[in-house]
Amino acid sequence: MQLIRPDINIDFIGRRKLAMLISALMIVISLAALATRGLNFGIDFTGGTLVEVKFDKPADIADIRSAISPKGYGNAVIQDFGSPEEIMIRVQNKENEKSSTISTAILDGLNEKFGADAVEMRRVEFVGPQVGEELTQAGIMAVLIAMLAILVYVTFRFEFRFALGADAALVHDITIVLGLFAITGKEFTLPVIAALLTVIGYSLNDTIVVFDRIRENFAANRKRKNPGEEADIANASVNQTLARTLMTSGTTVLVVAALFFFGGEVIHDFAFALLAGILVGTYSSIYIASPIMLSLAGRFKGDEEERNKMEERP
Amino acid sequence: MQSFPRWKIWLILSVLVVSVMASLPNIMSVPSWWPAALSKPMSLGLDLKGGVHLVLDVDVDKAVAHSVEEDVDTARQALRKAKIRYSKLANDGLVLQVSIRSSEDMAAAEALLKDTFNNYDIASAPDNTFLLTLKQAVADETRKFAVDQAIEVIRGRIDALGTTEPVIVKQGKQRILVQIPGYEDSAHAKQLIGRTAQLEFKLVDEKGDLEKAMAGSIPPGDIIMYGPEKVRSNGQSDRQPYLLKRHTELSGNEIADARVSIDSRFNEYAVTLKFNSKGAHKFDKLTAAHVGERFAIILEGVVNSAPVIRERISGGSAQITGSFSPAEAHDLAIVLRAGALPAPVKVVEERSIGPSLGQDSIDQGMNSVIIGMILVLIFMAVYYRMFGLVANVALIFNMVLIVAAMSMIGTTLTLPGIAGIVLTIGMAVDANVLIFERIREELYLGKTPLAAIDGGYNKAFSTIIDANITTLIAAIVLFQFGSGPVKGFAVTLSVGILASMFTAITVTRAIIALSTEKRSRIEKLSI
Repeated sequence: MQLIRPDINIDFIGRRKLAMLISALMIVISLAALATRGLNFGIDFTGGTLVEVKFDKPADIADIRSAISPKGYGNAVIQDFGSPEEIMIRVQNKENEKSSTISTAILDGLNEKFGADAVEMRRVEFVGPQVGEELTQAGIMAVLIAMLAILVYVTFRFEFRFALGADAALVHDITIVLGLFAITGKEFTLPVIAALLTVIGYSLNDTIVVFDRIRENFAANRKRKNPGEEADIANASVNQTLARTLMTSGTTVLVVAALFFFGGEVIHDFAFALLAGILVGTYSSIYIASPIMLSLAGRFKGDEEERNKMEERP
Repeated sequence: MQSFPRWKIWLILSVLVVSVMASLPNIMSVPSWWPAALSKPMSLGLDLKGGVHLVLDVDVDKAVAHSVEEDVDTARQALRKAKIRYSKLANDGLVLQVSIRSSEDMAAAEALLKDTFNNYDIASAPDNTFLLTLKQAVADETRKFAVDQAIEVIRGRIDALGTTEPVIVKQGKQRILVQIPGYEDSAHAKQLIGRTAQLEFKLVDEKGDLEKAMAGSIPPGDIIMYGPEKVRSNGQSDRQPYLLKRHTELSGNEIADARVSIDSRFNEYAVTLKFNSKGAHKFDKLTAAHVGERFAIILEGVVNSAPVIRERISGGSAQITGSFSPAEAHDLAIVLRAGALPAPVKVVEERSIGPSLGQDSIDQGMNSVIIGMILVLIFMAVYYRMFGLVANVALIFNMVLIVAAMSMIGTTLTLPGIAGIVLTIGMAVDANVLIFERIREELYLGKTPLAAIDGGYNKAFSTIIDANITTLIAAIVLFQFGSGPVKGFAVTLSVGILASMFTAITVTRAIIALSTEKRSRIEKLSI
């Protein structure tokens, strides 16, 4: 079976203005959502307490609130988590309070009202304010360092402008996934950062495959002199790798979708970030990375030498 | 096509055999003759097994401050012995302040202090005062020791819970990670771990005037401490004050054992302490010298009781009472037996998972692995036919290899780790997709089937390496900066990438080579 014919020739690069416009629009919407709605940070970053319990029958949120109100947590965020029996309760840290015992107080309140047999502790998470700050910093550091390491590696293996093109695609992907989290209000947790880093790795994987082919084709056409020719070669390269790009994205989306639908509530948002990131990442490796790389032609000193050196390689 | 090197085939077969052997302990119990290195199943993370996960922060500065505070007592005794009169002894953080009454004694005092406190830097200040600052290296040593000792104490307390394989390790400079697999009652664990259990015995200053002291003039060398809060019938609460000698005569360090007992007078639960030989000796001397006076038992800064010493006690035991419930008495005995924490600890992070959620996560995780796997297997077989089937064999081999590698290096499987495996399924076929698409291109260019296979593998190779290394970079960064479960994801992702490069390149190549080398001519490839 072959869905993508080998002689396929879609003018991707020619439509880069349109693609840039679409991307710019998505990024503006994302940034606007991030600025106005903001991310729904989980307790990993804000600090706080999360208690997940399972009742023996569907639970009423108002009842639960009245059970924990006497303990002083009437303003907690209470929502069902996957099914009506499963309930998640979130409380912010309060200053001057021994925060690590909040979960105990909440569970006591529930046990007193519903009886200890009707309530089952599923999960207790508590993140102190200091730890929350550390995790936030570590998360930001991780994303930045991953991008820097990739910049170095791609510069080393290709050219600096290829590296910039790749990183531009990454910023594009991350911004849009973050925007989706802001728009949907999904909880932004530590595992979501892990998903973002995976998206970075994945989107890059896609971009590298295209770049690799461009490099190969550049080397085969040493005499390209004007940007128009470069664009043609790049477009041909995108087309040549299109079947692979779509196949790999296809299989990965299949399994991540399995994770999203069957993996359970705990990693639901994690799978969502992966799914969104892989789709956006596939798009950006076709429409963003190469055009940016092309538009930077001749901007950097040493490009020529670098290119000559590269072409001398077997 | 040349014949495929035999040694590679043997390599692949041995890897296959070892992987299968190392994976087996995860699904069945293996016989005793099984090689030890291959007999370990993957250990499950707390998020799958359920249990209590706590990160504690040790207030190490308190431990340092406490040691300086104790040195105030040392200074007092040294000055008294040398008959040097002082006007003030105080401590503030790392600094110990000694003010001498008469300037004539200054030289003698300086010599004495230099001799007694070689852990301190000594400086002179106005008004006949010496400022002793604890040396930085000593302070650091005290901090480190406090954490190490806290780990030992907490281990003793958790061992008393009777759970299997608890983890208690240092994390960073002043944090302790505590994991108690299979334990559900996180509230009880926190309570047990969080108590300092500092036990002190001080003499009551019978000559001092408590009322004057309460008004502000505390006799030198004395301290006011309070009993437990009691709520009176009118709803007001109050605490009984005591005027005590600052010096700690005996502490929890001199306890050999602590057991729950029944106090015969009130028929209520109590904890009976047994001193070790040093403690028993001190207690004997103390009670002999102070018959008729009271001595206070202070637990965690609260005066528990202050009984009168009626006669010399040489047996070496004491009793703590306080209308305890059986569980309270039991816990108190545990913490006193395990010893006091050298500094207060605070829970800064908790991630505890109930057993049912862990099991649900395993089930759902396995479901998504299986469903994802089947979808990809079908997809590959339909799209690449025979070559797809070869890739599928490699994919299954890849899964076995991941499980084997993770069992052998002893990593912990977490829920994000399962997600990493799922993701690896998707990405593992990528190398094969790259190769197969290249082969199709070569065929399209008019090459013979065998030449196309060769060309496909050779040309795809550098792309595969570049693509996988970049993903590996992201995984390594993730491992460096991630915590707990996220690390598990990074590990499975890295193992998966490495395993997939072996299976997708070498293993598929071998299968294709073996099935084509016998035939002299191949007309058409099933790709």
